[in-house]
Amino acid sequence: MSAPIIVFFILAGVAVLGAVSLIVQRHPIRSALSLIVVMVALAGLYLLQGAELVAAVQIIVYAGAIMVLFVFVIMLLNAGEEERTNVSRMARTLGLPLSFFLMLQLAWWVGRGARGLAPAVSRSQEATKELSKLLFTEFALPFELTSILILVAILGAVVLAKRES
Amino acid sequence: MVPSSYYLVLSAVLFGLGVVAFVFKRNIITIFMSIELMLNAVNLAFVTFSQHLGKLNGQVFVFFVIVVAAAEAAVGLAIIILIAKHRQSLNVERVDLLKL
Repeated sequence: MSAPIIVFFILAGVAVLGAVSLIVQRHPIRSALSLIVVMVALAGLYLLQGAELVAAVQIIVYAGAIMVLFVFVIMLLNAGEEERTNVSRMARTLGLPLSFFLMLQLAWWVGRGARGLAPAVSRSQEATKELSKLLFTEFALPFELTSILILVAILGAVVLAKRES
Repeated sequence: MVPSSYYLVLSAVLFGLGVVAFVFKRNIITIFMSIELMLNAVNLAFVTFSQHLGKLNGQVFVFFVIVVAAAEAAVGLAIIILIAKHRQSLNVERVDLLKL
């Protein structure tokens, strides 16, 4: 086994363990920290694939900004451990096996379909430059539209948070 | 080099675990986090195909997915704060009416 494959399996194992930990942990703050572990592992995988800019954005925006927002809200609301109710027993007996079945099916069929694909080639050193060019030429309109989307999101958050009952 | 199929299987497994978390968790914030997990799995597939096909369009889509996730987190968490204020609970089974 070559070094990239070993690194891949380490990072993939960390990501899957983090995702399982997200499910198993009962306290939301521990789930949030597990999700941060998954995101950092994914950033490592992006680096391994040669997508440096995406890896940096993943760390800064996802693991940094978005997850800080989550942790902030969890602490603000003083969220405790989640309680078990009667209805969730149905989710456990029916929903859990079915969604595990979905997971196995997805992995199996994607793996089967992708088996013929050649190994991913490492991109050129100028990938970030090319990506920026693409973002500001071909995708300039969607890029500008995302700024409107963010503006609307800010307005929505402010309106929702300031509403008096 | 690592074959693309490994990444795709990992992406499928992470997406599936996100679905499991979505069904299994009762806390509204954790359910929201499992949606983020699913978005991350999709991002991994996007980057993998982008590298595999030698086109960078997939990575541009990843940025848009991240922007949408950020906007979603901002509005969604504001809604969660409102729900927690009105219902005094974060359990989704207590939130079965859309009207606050």
